[in-house]
Order: sequence, then structure tokens, then C-alpha cells
Amino acid sequence: MSTSAQEFPVHIPLPVDPLLTDLRLPVRPGSSRGKVGPVTVGTSVPDVRPVVAKVGLDDICLSYKAESGARLLALDRINLEVRPGEFACIVGPSGCGKSTLLHLIAGLHQQTSGRILVDGKSVQGTSTDRILIFQEHGLFPWLTVGGNVEFGMKMKGISKAEREEKIRYYLRLVHLGKFKDSYIHQLSGGMRQRVAIARALATEPDVLLMDEPFAALDAQTRDLLHDELERIWSETGRTIIFVTHNVREAIRLGDRVILLTFRPGRVKSEFHIDLPRPRHLEDANVARVAREILDELREEINRSLEVEYNEGAKPHVEVGVEV
Amino acid sequence: MKRAARFMVFYAGLLGLWTLLAELKIWPPYLFPTPWGVGEALYAGFQDHSYWIAIRVSMQRVLIGYAISVVLGMILGLGVASNKFLEETMGGLLVSLQSLPSICWWPLALLWFGLNQNAILFVVIMGSLLSVTLAMEDGRKQMPKIFSMAGRNLGASGFKLFWYVLLPASLPFIVSGLKQGWAFAWRSLITAEMLYLSLGLGQVLMMGRDLNDMSAVIAVMILIIAIGYVVDGVVFKGMERRLQHRWGLSAAS
Repeated sequence: MSTSAQEFPVHIPLPVDPLLTDLRLPVRPGSSRGKVGPVTVGTSVPDVRPVVAKVGLDDICLSYKAESGARLLALDRINLEVRPGEFACIVGPSGCGKSTLLHLIAGLHQQTSGRILVDGKSVQGTSTDRILIFQEHGLFPWLTVGGNVEFGMKMKGISKAEREEKIRYYLRLVHLGKFKDSYIHQLSGGMRQRVAIARALATEPDVLLMDEPFAALDAQTRDLLHDELERIWSETGRTIIFVTHNVREAIRLGDRVILLTFRPGRVKSEFHIDLPRPRHLEDANVARVAREILDELREEINRSLEVEYNEGAKPHVEVGVEV
Repeated sequence: MKRAARFMVFYAGLLGLWTLLAELKIWPPYLFPTPWGVGEALYAGFQDHSYWIAIRVSMQRVLIGYAISVVLGMILGLGVASNKFLEETMGGLLVSLQSLPSICWWPLALLWFGLNQNAILFVVIMGSLLSVTLAMEDGRKQMPKIFSMAGRNLGASGFKLFWYVLLPASLPFIVSGLKQGWAFAWRSLITAEMLYLSLGLGQVLMMGRDLNDMSAVIAVMILIIAIGYVVDGVVFKGMERRLQHRWGLSAAS
């Protein structure tokens, strides 16, 4: 756990990549990232046309067969739209299926019914336009840091020269330029998560799915990674769906916080977070909004505790959870 | 340094005991040769190239057989590990088959392939295939699922997923099985070569028996041990060291 401020040189001038400038401007329906159209910088032109959601969840249901043989509902008619470039946070008590929902969006599992839409088109299976970052980083220990970042690009068939260039770029983006040839076990927990972020970004996904990525880290490392992630998000303009059980973390990062109910997971309520950025976990405003959300979350946690006490054991709900 | 000293003392003692027993002439020299008799046999064998040829032929056979075993074993092991039906049916069969010495396949191999190289290869494959299969099955099951999920997530599927993710991810779990498979392949080969005399180390060993030359027999035995030891020490130890270095595993595993 070597986490000091030294790991984060404050300002390394980043290489300029025209594809990676901030594109969180109104995106027209059908236009892809990178082509912003005639938007005059400085004058905010209100875009009256409806924006096609980057990720749309349309009546997602997931049921599974319990050991008793009965079919149990894990996710119940989830409807959600995430705008291009939005930072959406999903919170809920453990067992609400929030991680499972991310696995469904990533295409690693199949929902029982409902559709997942990307740019308005129904998608199935995995695709490098939606990359999931796991809580336990999921980096490949047999590859170097550079090899990990390269992996997705290699699968996509990107040329060696381009891969090399992007490895350098993305490792510098997460301030790990000097660690290209290290192996994963040589890095601290925070550095590993940054490699995971670089690896995910290197495939140039439109959507980053993050499954409690900082839950296993100590508080200081997490604070630093919040800053990093916010900076990367504003520099790259990716859409991020971030799952956490930490309400303050959700408010610290998100444009919007979506609260799921305890089993079966439903969308209970949504909160738009209009607080100015950068925010801090300790801000009074963050605490105020957190209290509001926590009041609602507490109902769900109580419900989950009740079930847990009555059943003696919590049934396994989250399909995608790894041991 | 201390370790080297202990090593020296042990082997000097062993040689001394051997020399003593030989010098006492309890048994006639053609039954119990002296160490230098064996040394001379080794020298002569290399001098007239017969050992070089035998080693080359044997290594060629074992490498081909072992390579086929590894490829087949990995495919079989992955199949058994990822298919419930196969696991329930073939899983038990594989374990029980492993108790069968591979040379038991020799009569069948002779009938199926005739008295030739292929019969030897078949016995070698049957000797090592099961070790590799069981190791791969176990490795696939022990391998953390997050690797295959991460691989699929990053766009790998089918053969690419196997080659770039499943195989390297399961390597630490299967390396001991690969090693065991190698040892079985090597033993099966020598056994088969002793039964079917066509070059190879097994044949040179049997030739020593036919000539009542126990020095030559022991010389070939030493060669067989030495080759097994070198492959284990160079190939497999090297592989383990590399894995430990990359994965950050402790030397104990």
C-alpha cells in the first residue's frame, strides 16, 4: 500500500490527441464522438433536439433459479437512460443486483428479458465499446503493465506501431508512464486500478462501466483516484456508469445518482447532482445531499437486513460476482 | 558453499561404497561392475557415436509424443472442465485410466499400428496424455473466473480467448501436471524401446543385457536419469521461475 502524493506528479503535460479532447458538448443524434458539428465555443447553444441516450436500458429483467428450484427475480424492469458523456452512479444495498446490472450492460451475462441499447441500437454480447472495470481489477498477471494495456487493442487487430503509441499515451494519462515493463504484483492497489483504467480506455470504448473499482482501496488512495478519474473523464469525454455502495463517492463523482431497491432491484429514485466540480467527499454540500439519499437507502438496507435475519442466510443474487 | 560440500561428500561416499563393494569381489565383475568400468562404457558409447544416435532418436520420439499429448490433453481437459456432461461421464474414466501403466497399451498398439515407431508414440502418448488432461481440467477450474470475463470484455473470444487468456491464466495451475506428463512420457518411451528394439536408449540398454555387459547397462541407466534430470531442471524449473517472477508467487508453490 505505498500510496503517497509522489505517485501523482501534479501536472504532466499530456500529449495532444485530437480524438480525446473534451467532447461533452451536445451530441447530435446519430453523430459519433469526435464530430461535434458547428457549435460555437463560448456561446451555449441550447440543443432542443432530443439526445439519443448513449446507454439505454429498456425493461431489463433478470431472474435466476434458486437452490430451492424456485425462480427468483434479481432485477425487475429496470429502465434507465444515460446521456453521452454523463457520469451516472448507481447505488443500492448489497444484493440489489447493481453489479449484475453492469455485467449485463457489458454483455458478460444475458438478461432474462428487456433490451440494452447503445446509441439507440439493441446490443448483445460483449463489445469493446463498453468496457467493464472490476472491483478486483482483473488485470492479467502474466503480462506486463504495457501488455495489459495493449491486450484489448491486440484483440481488435490494431497495428503494433499504433498499439505502442497508445500504450505510452494511456499510461501517461494515468501517471504510470514509468511502469510499462512492471508486472502487476509489483504495483500497489491504487496503481493496479489505474492500470485497469488505462487498459479499459486503450480500447477507446464509448462507455466505461465501473464496478466498485475503489472499494478495496484505502481512503487516501481512493481520494486521489477520484481526482484522477474526474480529470480523465473530463479530458476524454467518456460516458461512465459507476456502481458503488458508497453514497458520498457517488455524489463526489456523479452527474446523477440512481438508487436501486433491495431485491429485486428496481430503480427507486434518481438524484441530479448539480454541485459545482471539483467536489470533495467532505464538502458540506456533498454531506447534505448524501443525507437525503441515505434516508432512502436506509429503508432498503433495513429491508435487506430483515430478509437476511429471517432467512438466516443471504441467497446468492449477484450473478457476476467473483470470489 | 555448504550445500555444495554436502553434495560432494554424499556422492563421494556413494562412489566409495560402490568401489568398495566391487573391489571385495562378492559378485563377479560382469554382474557388479566397478565405477570406472561404467565410466569406460560411457566413454566408449559416446566415442563410437552409438549413444549420441540413441539419445537423438529417443529425444525425437519423446518430444513428438509429448507435444501431441500436451495439445490433445489441453483440448480434452478444457472440454471436460467446461462441459458438465463430459465431466460427469469422462471425468471418472480419466482418473481410473491413470492407474493403468501405459505399457499395458503395448499389445494393442502393436496390433493397431504394427511393430513400428507409431506403436511407440502411441504408448508415449497414452503415458502422458492423462496427466496433462487432468492437470488442464483442474487448472481451468482453479483459474479465477475474472480472467476469462476480463478477456471477453476486452474483445477476446474463441481461439483468441483460449490462447491469450485461458492458457496463460491456467499455466501456474498446470505446470506440475505438465511436468508429471513429461516424466510419464519419458518412462513410457524407455519401456517401449526396451520391448521393440529399434535404436533409442531402451535398445542400447537391452543390448548391454544381451552382451552380458552390466557396465553398459548402468551407463545407459545413468544417461536416462541424467536426461530426465536436465529436462526437469532446465525446462520446467525455468518455466516455474518465470511464472513465479511474473505472477509474484512464492517459491513454495
